[in-house]
Amino acid sequence: MRKGKIVINEDRCKGCFICISQCKVKEIEKSNKVNKYGQVVVEFKNLGKCNACTLCAISCPDAAIEVYEIIEEKV
Amino acid sequence: MANNNRMLIKGNYAIAEAAIDAGCRFYAGYPITPQNEIPEYMSKRMPEVNGVFMQAESELISINLVFGAAVAGARAMTTSSSPGISLMQEGISYMAGCELPGVIVNVMRGGPGLGNISPSQSDYFQAVKPGHGDYRLIVLAPHNTQEMYDFTFEAFDLADKYRNPVMVLTDGLLGQIMESIELKRKKPELLNQKKEWALTGAKGRKGQRIVSLLMDPGALEKHNFHLQEKYDLIRKQEKRYEKFNITDDTEYLIVAFGTVARVSKGTIKLDKDKRIGLFRPITLFPFPYEELKEVAKNVKKIFVFEMNLGQMLDDVKIAIENSEKIEFYGRPGGGVPTSEELLNFILKRI
Amino acid sequence: MKEKIIYKKPDSLTDINFSYCPGCGHSTVHKIIAEIVDELNLREKIIGVAPVGCAVFAYNFWNFDVSEAAHGRTPAVATAIKRVLPDRLVFSYQGDGDLASIGMAEIIHTANRGENITVIFINNTNYGMTGGQLAPTTLLSQKTTTSPYGRDAKNYGYPVKMLELLSPLEGVKYLERVKVTDAASVIKAKNAIKKGFTYQMQNIGFSMIEVLSSCPANWRKEPVEANKLIDEEIVKVFPLGKIKDIK
Repeated sequence: MRKGKIVINEDRCKGCFICISQCKVKEIEKSNKVNKYGQVVVEFKNLGKCNACTLCAISCPDAAIEVYEIIEEKV
Repeated sequence: MANNNRMLIKGNYAIAEAAIDAGCRFYAGYPITPQNEIPEYMSKRMPEVNGVFMQAESELISINLVFGAAVAGARAMTTSSSPGISLMQEGISYMAGCELPGVIVNVMRGGPGLGNISPSQSDYFQAVKPGHGDYRLIVLAPHNTQEMYDFTFEAFDLADKYRNPVMVLTDGLLGQIMESIELKRKKPELLNQKKEWALTGAKGRKGQRIVSLLMDPGALEKHNFHLQEKYDLIRKQEKRYEKFNITDDTEYLIVAFGTVARVSKGTIKLDKDKRIGLFRPITLFPFPYEELKEVAKNVKKIFVFEMNLGQMLDDVKIAIENSEKIEFYGRPGGGVPTSEELLNFILKRI
Repeated sequence: MKEKIIYKKPDSLTDINFSYCPGCGHSTVHKIIAEIVDELNLREKIIGVAPVGCAVFAYNFWNFDVSEAAHGRTPAVATAIKRVLPDRLVFSYQGDGDLASIGMAEIIHTANRGENITVIFINNTNYGMTGGQLAPTTLLSQKTTTSPYGRDAKNYGYPVKMLELLSPLEGVKYLERVKVTDAASVIKAKNAIKKGFTYQMQNIGFSMIEVLSSCPANWRKEPVEANKLIDEEIVKVFPLGKIKDIK
């Protein structure tokens, strides 16, 4: 299975939580953090289940999510 | 014809031809009497010069098409008559706020409301004291067919020079009469001036904006001060007027613009005692206050004549401190005075 | 291990945060327009016209040329820009108050003339910027700040279906209604807008994409709940899909 991770730009996140509703592997959740605009932001749980499907990023209204595919280099 | 540049032409056509000569390549208009010759002429001429002619579906659309053409950097014009200009006021204010050049011709007719289609000067207020917000238009008032051509031609350079809408304020009479005029057929001074601010696609640069919405605290106030500085510069540089038959012996001074100034020249010719002179503001904004004050200093009386019930009169009163010297005669609702009528009024009041 | 970036904020967006409320459909549509501009390499030839309404600030967020327009006059401004610069890509971006109410004459005549522009129409069933008043697109029985008892047809008339209204006009070439409530619908919306832009580049003519868009703040709903309302209720009044496509 493809491995991935996301990076959340906390300054752009507005805590709409649409990404949470879109993530099939429950890798995103509400955080306890508030950004400089006073918005509760989401965080990436990093449970190793993220498959870089990008659904969270595509649905994010504020372009606050970057998605990376993790490629394991074979020796 | 001895001279190819002379032409016997109707006032409204002179406006259209002047715009073409001035490099106007975008025209939008909506039918309204007494200016219909202009869109009709433009519908034929614009395709000949690879310009855009658009018959707008309302005056609101006309002015916003001109707004858009100006955004894209084109020389653009619309024409209408009084009720149509009322509809355009929104767009004109946006153009002034966005500092967009453009030419608006108002061939005035009688009002208020639908009024009638006779010539009138009752839009003086809506030309020099226009719509919402603290802004000004440069307003040029021709009084013969040659000036219909000349002022429309020059309006485009003025609009580009100051990035401000310019209004040519004329009326149904000047629009309809035919006179022989000299066409310029020369390139306008600022035609090829690069408009760095125009939106043409952000080639090799960041995106640009054309906006009048300024919500940051203090930004709109600053913008208004900037506009005011521009209007002050216009006041300093662009004032125009004509002094006709004014000598050291002038006892009575007529102040009139446009058609009434022309009629007043007839009045002066009828005056056997040669005591009457005419001061004719050509730019209604900027109004030549100081120049009028100077001319009026030594006269016994000042006669303000208008085809309305006293609109420019306010500006004459600002110019002349001793308003007891002022007499006003006006014809509203499409009435046009004769030279004799004006002379009789003068003779009765002196 | 190597990390390969596969999704990021499009270059045609500036670093200024959207001024929209959390979950607002405007944000998503702004983002996908910027993505298309990047993908089709349009940044240096596109000119947008922003409306009066919440999206009045659109020009702060896109790093390409954007003009303001008076309320509802957006299509007229876009028309003139396109007529003056026919080789540029010109779009107007409008809300439902702007397009379907005060600008009804402008949109109908622009469509009827078959102007070769693309219109992005955001339908969120209310006037967002001014605090959630009734719009021409407000649903029957929907409560707004100026229909506190719910929209009743006798007093307020019926929700206007703009695409169906424009469809019979011969100048109109492509009309599609989309939504942006989940990743799948966002992709569909993006494809529709891309198609509108592509048609314009092929000189096919007037196209309009209506986006059913949430307004969580004025609907008094959480963003995810607001999207559910679109998925379950609003699509019944404004059916999704192609209304017209001449190709």
